[in-house]
Amino acid sequence: MSILIDLETRVLVQGITGHDGSFHAGSMLAYGTRIVAGVTPGRGGQVINGVPVFNTVLEAREQTQPDCTIIFVPARFATSALREAADAEIPLIVCITEGIPVLEMLSNFHYIRDRGLRLIGPNCPGLITPERCKVGIMPARIHKAGRIGVISRSGTLTYEIVYNLTLRGYGQSTCIGIGGDPVVGTGFVELLEMFEKDVGTHAVVLVGEIGGEEEERASEYIADHMSTPVAGFISGKTAPPGKRMGHAGAIISGGRGTAEAKLEAFKEAGVPVADRPDEVPHIISELLQN
Amino acid sequence: MKLYEYQARTLFEKYGIASAPGRVAGNPDEAFQVAQELESACAVKAQVLVGGRGKAGGVKIAKNPDEVRQHAGRILDMTIKSLPVKKVLVSKAVDIEQEFYIGFTVDRTAKAIAFIASAAGGIDIEELAVHEPEKIHRLTINPLQGMDENEMRFLLQQVFVEPELATRTLDTAQKLYRLFTENDCSLVEINPFALTKSGELLALDAKVVIDDNALFAHEDLEKLRNREEYGPDELEANEWGLSFINLDGNIGCIVNGAGLAMATMDLIKLFGGSPANFLDVGGSSSPEKVLHAFEIISHNPGVKAILINIFGGITRCDDIAKGILQARQRMKLSIPLVIRLIGTNEKEGRALLNKAGIEAYEDLTSAVKKVVEFV
Repeated sequence: MSILIDLETRVLVQGITGHDGSFHAGSMLAYGTRIVAGVTPGRGGQVINGVPVFNTVLEAREQTQPDCTIIFVPARFATSALREAADAEIPLIVCITEGIPVLEMLSNFHYIRDRGLRLIGPNCPGLITPERCKVGIMPARIHKAGRIGVISRSGTLTYEIVYNLTLRGYGQSTCIGIGGDPVVGTGFVELLEMFEKDVGTHAVVLVGEIGGEEEERASEYIADHMSTPVAGFISGKTAPPGKRMGHAGAIISGGRGTAEAKLEAFKEAGVPVADRPDEVPHIISELLQN
Repeated sequence: MKLYEYQARTLFEKYGIASAPGRVAGNPDEAFQVAQELESACAVKAQVLVGGRGKAGGVKIAKNPDEVRQHAGRILDMTIKSLPVKKVLVSKAVDIEQEFYIGFTVDRTAKAIAFIASAAGGIDIEELAVHEPEKIHRLTINPLQGMDENEMRFLLQQVFVEPELATRTLDTAQKLYRLFTENDCSLVEINPFALTKSGELLALDAKVVIDDNALFAHEDLEKLRNREEYGPDELEANEWGLSFINLDGNIGCIVNGAGLAMATMDLIKLFGGSPANFLDVGGSSSPEKVLHAFEIISHNPGVKAILINIFGGITRCDDIAKGILQARQRMKLSIPLVIRLIGTNEKEGRALLNKAGIEAYEDLTSAVKKVVEFV
């Protein structure tokens, strides 16, 4: 079992003729993802890797009925791509694009939510249900199908954690990167809710980092509502305050968003925290035995 | 991107937000001249991109142009939080009846623009938020719907008490909101927003932070970029598409991805070492980027060993290996280098390194332990 995407998910790729879009469309296809259409304005009628390209999302929807779209367009065109996907009412919108202005994202967030749709990202690696469906840019072969859910604000750090899980025989139900920006479409809490309901997920790894309050809110939710065990990881314990650590969202400002506060919140919620990525499988092993 | 107060004042002026009359000066004589034009007692304020200049002695009141010149001279010799003061703002001194605070920022948790107001202006709002949160009034604004005038009026009446003051502040807040949204700000702040003895409401300071990601849409603002905001290494790194921050330790780090870079630093610390920097080579790799990463790290004489940690996704390990080999060829690296390489094209990358007699680790913990042993 899995959350959000599975074998039957029909995927649209916005920006399919671009440098990143074409490369990753190819690798998603190779993984077995059902890519039903691509969109690039002005390139309608072309066929790429056997995938028909349309000028607009609306046309693609009418012809191919996708229920998920993945967006690869550059930051300055991302808002119009996001709104086009929302106007065409694609239920799941995954935005890989990095560098979208935060005020635009605030508006986009509400624009998408008001239509009852879900956004993952932006500035994220996407999501994968191993051995079934990949809607993202992660290296597929480090994954293995299984029972562990993974949610993270980061890209390569998630790969590191997943690699360690797979190495010790712990496959994953679904892995989701929520994005490293200050404003993202779907937060930890909503994904924890989904994993809690998913019978195929027996434990969850939550990979947080400094900045914002996502981890604190997740901790409250875990303490009050979750029976599925959760293991935590926090990066940025050595990060100085006031400096943006690469991710636009990873900044300690005004005394908030510190690693200490997040570790304390995890502790209060009874979430065991790994000091090192290679400790995560051991914690999962203990959680599954209890 | 942070603006200096004098730059932010120009934006305020454009949106019709009143400040005390004044002008920026780059030397004591210019300051003297501004004071003569103002024909009044003046405030002389250091222009720096960090807070706490008042406590550092960077704000002085002068009775006449000669005093302005003296104060300007002293302030222009100052260094505040390691930033040298290069300009002062000379503005008309005003008699203050009461100091307020108003500002807009992004509330990432509420997914909204937050308006913040307080009757306890003039002090550090973040301190106030910690110690006396009841004195801070907040209103969240859905950016698609815009500001609700009635809600704002209600909130301002609680802060300003007198309805007439609240109404005038509402006008300022609306202008400030336009400034905030039209210029893609992440913060605008008037602190203090002062009621003068003569009944004026004036912005006596101006703080504006622009979202770096939005600068492509604002050429006029891009021109205001202050290179002093960043260290020389950070600037050089940005030019090459690297994200870099200097730290105090002695182990140089080159990592792909911000989260993994932070986790690598944490791991170094966990094993008793100390990272010299944060460096993210970013997503799509090129050998040149790695070369530049080495160059930037080599500027720091305190670095005793370098750790490279790459988990290839979009980044290809063979590109990284080529960069490492180029760096070895062009630069004399006299310090130990520990490499961890895994992910996309790792076999090719490893083969390239092996040919040159370099070993690369597969697992992160071993690599970190090794590099800590070297220092």
